[in-house]
Amino acid sequence: MTYNDERIAELLSALPPAPSAWVEAAQQLPGARRELNEIVARAEADVEFRKALIADLESALAAEGYEPDERILERLRRDLAS
Amino acid sequence: MALASLSDAQLVARCRSGEDAAWRELVARFSRYVYGISIQAFRLSEQDAEDVFQDCFARVYEHLDKLRDDAALRPWIAQLTRRLCIDRIRGSREVPTAEEDLEIGAEDVLATLDEAMSVHEALATLSGDCREILDRFFAQDQSYRSIGEALELPAGTIASRISRCLAKLREQLEGKNLGGSSV
Repeated sequence: MTYNDERIAELLSALPPAPSAWVEAAQQLPGARRELNEIVARAEADVEFRKALIADLESALAAEGYEPDERILERLRRDLAS
Repeated sequence: MALASLSDAQLVARCRSGEDAAWRELVARFSRYVYGISIQAFRLSEQDAEDVFQDCFARVYEHLDKLRDDAALRPWIAQLTRRLCIDRIRGSREVPTAEEDLEIGAEDVLATLDEAMSVHEALATLSGDCREILDRFFAQDQSYRSIGEALELPAGTIASRISRCLAKLREQLEGKNLGGSSV
């Protein structure tokens, strides 16, 4: 395939950057998953912590120094409800 | 070896070994592609596109071990994004819509985005200056003046630099089609 400058320019223009906040959130996924796994493991091992999470998820997490994003909170709500 | 110069297969292997920096590179490499598919091919709203974007990378992260051919990362991500977009559109409609109807017009855009990814891969092999100038001018739609200020270059030299960098990119693309060469 041959490319002229016009076609290259069109193709370069076809992929503008995604919003940086979206990219950063996705890049932080491994850390967020580790945090989620840690919280779930603690909730399984510590009955009081689990009760506190069920009673008021966000406050219980904040009291323990966690600052999970909304997606992690949703996942935890699902896990705790099951 | 810098992460940006790794092949997709090498990058997948590094992600599987738990290297957070490799994961960040994977997201950076495919973020425009996923965004482009949802916004341009399926015309999702920004809100839906953001949900698809995050869901897509969450699934990639969770299922990276199941990818049979590490070199097939790009088509896998394209398929995942496409699926998520279709599910999102169907979920928002009261009347059931056939998948084929939702894909009308999307095929051509997907083909263009796929070709655009190949051009971006070739762009990644050029010098940092060329990458920055071409990306800022064409993909980010910045003016000569903005580019000059950001890169501390005289605005009057930007046009000639764009022309030189385009020529290098064209050589790289044509070399790649002939079996690969470096700039």
